[in-house]
Amino acid sequence: MGTIIICAIVAMAVAGLVLSLVLYIVAQKFKVVEDPRIDQVAEVLPGANCGGCGFAGCRALAEAIVKAGDLEGKACPVGGAAVMAKVGGIMGLAAEESEPMIAVVRCNGGKCNTHKKVEYDGVLDCASANQNFSSEGGCSFGCLGLGTCVSVCKFDALHINPETQLPEVDEDKCVACRACVKTCPRKVIELRKKGKGNRRVFVSCINKEKGAVAKKNCDVACIGCGKCEKECPFGAITIENNLSYIDFNKCKSCRKCVAVCPTGAIHAVNFPPAKPKVEKVMQENTDVSASIENVEQKQTEKKKEMIATEIQNTKSE
Amino acid sequence: MTTFRKGGVHPEENKLAKDCKIEVMPLTKKAVVFVSQHLGAPATCVVQKGDKVKVGTLLSKAEAFICANVHSPYSGTVTKVDLATDFNGFKKPAVYIDVDGDEWEDGIDTSAEIIREIKLTPKEIIDKMKDRGIVGLGGAAFPTNVKYMIPEGKKAEFLVINGVECEPYLTSDNRIMIENTEEIFIGIEIMKKALNMNNALIGIEKNKPEAIRIMTDMSRNYPGTKVVPLEMKYPQGAEKQLINALTGREVPSGKLPIEVGCVVDNVGTALAIYQAIQKNRPLIDNVLTFTGKSVKTQKNLLVRVGTPLQEIIDYCGGLPEDTGKLISGGPMMGKTIMDTTAPTVKTTSSILVMNEKEAKRGHQTNCIRCGKCVTACPMGLEPLFLATLCEQKRWEDAEKECVMDCIECGCCLFTCPANRPLLDLIRVGKNQVGALRRARTQK
Repeated sequence: MGTIIICAIVAMAVAGLVLSLVLYIVAQKFKVVEDPRIDQVAEVLPGANCGGCGFAGCRALAEAIVKAGDLEGKACPVGGAAVMAKVGGIMGLAAEESEPMIAVVRCNGGKCNTHKKVEYDGVLDCASANQNFSSEGGCSFGCLGLGTCVSVCKFDALHINPETQLPEVDEDKCVACRACVKTCPRKVIELRKKGKGNRRVFVSCINKEKGAVAKKNCDVACIGCGKCEKECPFGAITIENNLSYIDFNKCKSCRKCVAVCPTGAIHAVNFPPAKPKVEKVMQENTDVSASIENVEQKQTEKKKEMIATEIQNTKSE
Repeated sequence: MTTFRKGGVHPEENKLAKDCKIEVMPLTKKAVVFVSQHLGAPATCVVQKGDKVKVGTLLSKAEAFICANVHSPYSGTVTKVDLATDFNGFKKPAVYIDVDGDEWEDGIDTSAEIIREIKLTPKEIIDKMKDRGIVGLGGAAFPTNVKYMIPEGKKAEFLVINGVECEPYLTSDNRIMIENTEEIFIGIEIMKKALNMNNALIGIEKNKPEAIRIMTDMSRNYPGTKVVPLEMKYPQGAEKQLINALTGREVPSGKLPIEVGCVVDNVGTALAIYQAIQKNRPLIDNVLTFTGKSVKTQKNLLVRVGTPLQEIIDYCGGLPEDTGKLISGGPMMGKTIMDTTAPTVKTTSSILVMNEKEAKRGHQTNCIRCGKCVTACPMGLEPLFLATLCEQKRWEDAEKECVMDCIECGCCLFTCPANRPLLDLIRVGKNQVGALRRARTQK
């Protein structure tokens, strides 16, 4: 009996030893050497796996960063500068300064500003509708308003406004992951710089038709008149194919183009609420106050001079 | 009687205009002719504002391999070359012509005399097809001359002529078979000569007894051409299904009919080829059916390309009050007309007026996995799964499930008891997979 037990224990021990040896050899032989920094970088990234960086998820970005050893062209739009600084810390690199971007819907036609000609009764998907017809209003460039962009947004940052039937971007939630930009079959949505204090000026139209044709279908279409191009002091506006485009790298948000646009196609967002008329009055007021200040200054200078001459007179006396 | 093997449906035939003789539509005053009216690379416009054109003057020239010429269907002055709206509402380049009289280019035979003797060699015939801008009038508008350039190692054994007209409502092919019988047969002789063979099969569905009778009588004078009456089933007019019905052969997935030794053309194309080769007449008009249940006067009209749809509607007495929507083409595969100011093109085969009740889509519910769409699919696909894959944007999986084999006949949508928009979804998938494939070849 005792020998059986001993035999069993010895056999198990030998088998265990042999197998552990096999496992050890296999583990050594097929060892995957992974840079520990990949895990560290992946840890820092938000883990949303949105694909906004252009890679297939956060880990893929981490791998790409560690493999390349630089941060050029690799940035997390969700985490922004803060996360990239941390990644830079792990990698021992200086993070690229990237300005925050935001999705901008460049169509303002919608339900209110176009004239419905036909009714769409098909699948509520922009890609499907885009194959079948131009749009209910007749514009073959603008937003179809069926909300495919809303369905792909992982951050709940897009919503269709029931009044206008146009998607609206929630500025606090949008992380500029580009999902909507890629999905939109008509390329209505564009990523633009968020701008100082979230203030942006952009042309809310992508219709490349001639002015009269565009205006026939939509009240707020860009007609390519060129007034904004002439008005812009910074050369930020170009007109191509009857359509104005504002280069966000050159635009200084002066809003002169907004004032001259005859159709209201240029939008300025997040500026303090001031209608053009009120603005003028404000300007006049400032002019007046400035002139008052000038007068006051001149008066004080005169007084000073008078006092100085008086002092001199008294001294000479 | 024979028919194709797999799938198919039986929609109400509604051939309301089948006994209406072809009328010639009066010429329009202001015509708009699209620069490109075919499948393939776009053609280049060769006229300018102010040019005087005659009927048959070249408007746009084919420069690529798969491309077709467009000739002026009118005589008059070119007022501008600009974008024009097609019936889907999209803008395409077009030539605007102010019509003035009806003067034809020299060398075009406009007499009604039938010329039977074929003088040209096969090579000359194919060149002439290209020169005269002949495209497939079955609906796809594929440049016809390309079909006749048989790739090396392949041999055409059958010339399959499509006189099926399986779409409900449409009657234009039926009428030309009855009224232009001999021209069609001479056209087929020309096609056979171009292919250097003598074996043509004309498929006609049995709901066109008059056409079958007249065509069969005529076929006795033309040995090597046989009229085959076919059982009624949609989509028998699709080329792969027609080949299967007439020859029993099956075109492999992703391949062209020539793979099984067939060349397929429509009877309308045969007529156009006759006119091009024997009369030197370019493709400038086609027969169009104006029909619908509420339409009082059904018509088959011979319309020149570039006539605004609205003018045709007005000529036919306007739209009935309960019009729900207009369709260009048949009710199964046609597309909705959204803008009636748009002009006709080479392949506009009908203006179909649907009343309000017919125009509405049914209430959509969930898929109950009944498998009706699988039974109906003539390509042997599983539309319910394909549609789901496309809905979930799983394009690679859809490609593996042969989404590109779909011929967009609409049988699945027609049979679905849950009114699921199967074809709409699959069409999106086809488009996406096509884009994926193009991106792959570019890499």
